[in-house]
Amino acid sequence: MVRSDVQLMLGVKQGDEVSFELLLQRYRRPLCHFLNRMVRDAGQAEDLAQEVFLRVYRARREYEPSAKFTTWLFRIATNLALNALRDGRHRQAEIPLNGGAEGEDGSEMPLEVADGAPAAEQQLVERERAAVVRRAIQALPEKQRAAVLLHKYQELDYEEIARILGCTVSALKSQLFRAYETLRVELAPLAAPERTGPSRGGNREGMT
Amino acid sequence: MMKCEQMESQFIGYLDGRVTVRERREVEEHLASCASCRARVEGVRGVWKVLEETPAPEPSAWFDARLRQRIGEEPAPGLWTRMAGWLPQPRLALASVALVAVGFWAAAVTRPQIQLRAANPAVMSEDQNFQMIKNMQVLENYDVLKDLTAPNGLQGD
Repeated sequence: MVRSDVQLMLGVKQGDEVSFELLLQRYRRPLCHFLNRMVRDAGQAEDLAQEVFLRVYRARREYEPSAKFTTWLFRIATNLALNALRDGRHRQAEIPLNGGAEGEDGSEMPLEVADGAPAAEQQLVERERAAVVRRAIQALPEKQRAAVLLHKYQELDYEEIARILGCTVSALKSQLFRAYETLRVELAPLAAPERTGPSRGGNREGMT
Repeated sequence: MMKCEQMESQFIGYLDGRVTVRERREVEEHLASCASCRARVEGVRGVWKVLEETPAPEPSAWFDARLRQRIGEEPAPGLWTRMAGWLPQPRLALASVALVAVGFWAAAVTRPQIQLRAANPAVMSEDQNFQMIKNMQVLENYDVLKDLTAPNGLQGD
């Protein structure tokens, strides 16, 4: 039987290393993906993902299952990312800007796509496309960016996202729609119109 | 226009399929009569598809090893933290510490009372009882009386 996140975390609290290992396997990818899209630098994203797990580990003895585990986990991740972005801005303010937007901060790290090996040209096109999407997401205001990532890629409930970001559900929905509209304009060349009608559009990432 | 603004907050739920039947009908009725909102909603749907098709970099192969190393570098928990870990809840640990503290305080405050009560012959500690029995033995020992008279006798010598 698959143990729930809370059961695993209670195991970690009791000092069970296997439970921690299972949580790591479950959330390594989603956290890395989330942080990779939140901050610009892939190395920094990975450091932050590790920091999230480290904080979970440090807080294990005080853990109380009062909220959903994912709410707690992504709240830590979001706060760390927002702080890192803030610190990064301070550092950038100290360094004279030379105008080059790309590459200097490692934002265009090559994607390691696990499956298949499309032709080199196709791979190049996909990489360029991914870079365009990445830039558009990172041009969003930070909280809108977090909202989009938690909604689109992690498929958290509106209530969970609102709790993570400290806003109301209705404010979140408005923010989300505005963020997607911004992206619609930015990514118009990549988007093709689709058929009408509601769809869940699910693409929850990475729980392996 | 006003209607468009009111409907806007429902568009996300509509696209997600997380609306009631009534809300869904409301949105569909509005979209049927508003080309602008229809274009916006369709545009967002198209963006979703683009986002879903875009992968993110995978964690590096050494992610777990590095994390284990960092956890290994964590300082060992102190005595108090470990004691808190033995107890089912940290609150209980705090309560235990509080209880011990109250115990010490109570002992300090009530000590003079105990001494006062011990002064009352009706209430005696074990030590006092032992002392009393010893004293009674002394009283029952008639040799003591002889001892007491001896100095007098000596004096008489």
